[in-house]
Amino acid sequence: MPKGMVVIDKDRCKGCGLCVETCPFGVLVISPEFNRYGYNVATMGAPEKCTGCGMCAQMCPDAAIDVYRAVKEGV
Amino acid sequence: MKVLLRGNEAMAEAAIRAGCRCYFCYPITPQGELVEYMARHLPRHGGVFLQAESEVAAINMVYGAAAAGVRTMTSSSSPGISLKMEGISYLAGARLPAVIVNVMRAGPGLGNIAPAQGDYFQATKGGGHGDYRLIVLAPSTVQEAAELVMLAFDLSDRYRVPAMILADGMLGQMMEPVELPEPIPPERIPPKPWALTGAKDRAPNVVSSFDLDPYRFREILRALWAVYREIERNEVRWEEYATEDAELVLVAYGTMGRICRTVVRRARKEGLRVGLFRPISLWPFPSAPLRRLAERVPVFLTVELSAGQMWEDVRLAVEGRAKTPFYGELGGVVPTPEEILSEVKKHVRG
Amino acid sequence: MSVVETKVPAGFVPVYTRPKSLSDKRFTYCPGCHHGIITRLVAEAIDELGIQERTVGVAPVGCAVFLYEFFRCDFAQAAHGRACAVATGIKRANPELIVFTYQGDGDLAAIGAAETIHAANRGENITVIFVNNQIYGMTGGEMAPTTLPGMRTVTTPEGRDVRTTGYPLRISEMLAQLDGPAYITRQAVFDVRHVQMARKAILKAFRNQLEGKGFSLVEVVAACPTNLRIPPTEGNRWVKEQALKYFPLGDLKVRD
Repeated sequence: MPKGMVVIDKDRCKGCGLCVETCPFGVLVISPEFNRYGYNVATMGAPEKCTGCGMCAQMCPDAAIDVYRAVKEGV
Repeated sequence: MKVLLRGNEAMAEAAIRAGCRCYFCYPITPQGELVEYMARHLPRHGGVFLQAESEVAAINMVYGAAAAGVRTMTSSSSPGISLKMEGISYLAGARLPAVIVNVMRAGPGLGNIAPAQGDYFQATKGGGHGDYRLIVLAPSTVQEAAELVMLAFDLSDRYRVPAMILADGMLGQMMEPVELPEPIPPERIPPKPWALTGAKDRAPNVVSSFDLDPYRFREILRALWAVYREIERNEVRWEEYATEDAELVLVAYGTMGRICRTVVRRARKEGLRVGLFRPISLWPFPSAPLRRLAERVPVFLTVELSAGQMWEDVRLAVEGRAKTPFYGELGGVVPTPEEILSEVKKHVRG
Repeated sequence: MSVVETKVPAGFVPVYTRPKSLSDKRFTYCPGCHHGIITRLVAEAIDELGIQERTVGVAPVGCAVFLYEFFRCDFAQAAHGRACAVATGIKRANPELIVFTYQGDGDLAAIGAAETIHAANRGENITVIFVNNQIYGMTGGEMAPTTLPGMRTVTTPEGRDVRTTGYPLRISEMLAQLDGPAYITRQAVFDVRHVQMARKAILKAFRNQLEGKGFSLVEVVAACPTNLRIPPTEGNRWVKEQALKYFPLGDLKVRD
């Protein structure tokens, strides 16, 4: 169970790649998938590595990323 | 009770009584007294006086205050009004109410500080870029200057169109007794739901003159021009003096309007049936009443402190029904009634 | 006007969500443009201070001309360079409003230089966000006052020659000399650490206005990858390795 996950708004993402470079764990990749504006959007290539640190969202110039952390057991 | 006031001061006091609460300015002769009066008096009424770093800055501060929903004004003279033209175009495009006072001086360029009427085209035909009009009112006495300033605030708010008072250095400087209008209570100032007051419990308001979509912008401009047509129907103002039996009618506004009154009296003493048609609203121009007069009056002599600007609107209105000669002065020279009467005699049988 | 509710995935809690004071409109900035980050940081500050209902923004002419579409706040669109004068008019008309301008290098430091300097000199209690990407983006990549020496733009195709076009204008240093301003700082957003510092600075610039402290300006040294003809990740490197040589980061004036 990954510690975190991100939800990337496909329509807002412009495939700029800043989140991919910023992620310290190599979670994100630019996918071959296009959105309806013709951009290759970012997506979690290695979701199991996500810690929910939020650095990708802090870099995103389109405010396209929402970041979540898993609820800890027994909290 | 009448008070003796300078034209510039009367306009300032009238603005305060009209509820003007933000005044932004830059010093320029011959309207300095308007600035000084506002500096002393506006803060006492809870208003904001701010001398800006330029006329450009001042008109943009007016844009901001108007956008915030406050009655606001600026004043200047010809070269400073040129600087404001960008801001005036933006005010017009953004549908902002505001009052701009131009105390005209001789031009073009730095010119001099003597009275002139060389900014008629600038005021009524544009001045700034784009398809817009200003409500333009021209007083010819200090009393009328005070009344028209108050009217300008009302019309500007009612139609969301900026209004200009087109005065000149003579009127700005002269002193006459004035019966000041009653102050407008704040409740009588119309509400402005479009103003930038903070988007609480409503969708955000945007004050802008920008639209990249030509078809959408066209609709906005068509709506604006429908408002201008409404103003043309409702807000035409002029005065006629001794025109009922006139064989020649002088057409003049502002300071020239009052001098021509004297010309009419002197001409009549000599048996010449001369009258005066004095436009008070320069935009909308009183074309229809002038055209009606042209059905029976054979000569209209336009007299301006310029090379002939309102003259073109007179000719358009008369449309060939009568002769339309012109007499003008340039450079800040103000003609005497005798000089104008000599010109009149060239056009009527002695 | 309804706020879009994000569906929280089962078993997770939100750590970062899209700022509430942003509208639903997609940003019109180029991919990777630092404007997007900075616009987002302004929205985060408005959210954190809870001032969305009192905030009035002044939009510039330039790549951020559509700023009024991106926020749920009242906005005035200003003529090119005039935002600080427009903001002065709004704030003087209603001091209860929180008024901010957001301007590029041409808007603030070329055509608007006088209005900027005098609003700062008067100590107008407004917040100014200054995006310095050393170029005129919207109009196709012309030289800005802040263009670096040797930098190729469409109006300096051989590279900026300081002998004929002058040097990069460090307007923040100029403004910091004045008695009027309360806070002048220069930040950047080329990595997360600097994004966090920039966010703090923008928050302080808004908080200063709430506390009546006076004129606060945050310059953000940015990159225009499109007109530099480089990918966005190279844009970040451009700021770090080139732009910061002329525009050092840090607080230039802090009055508490």
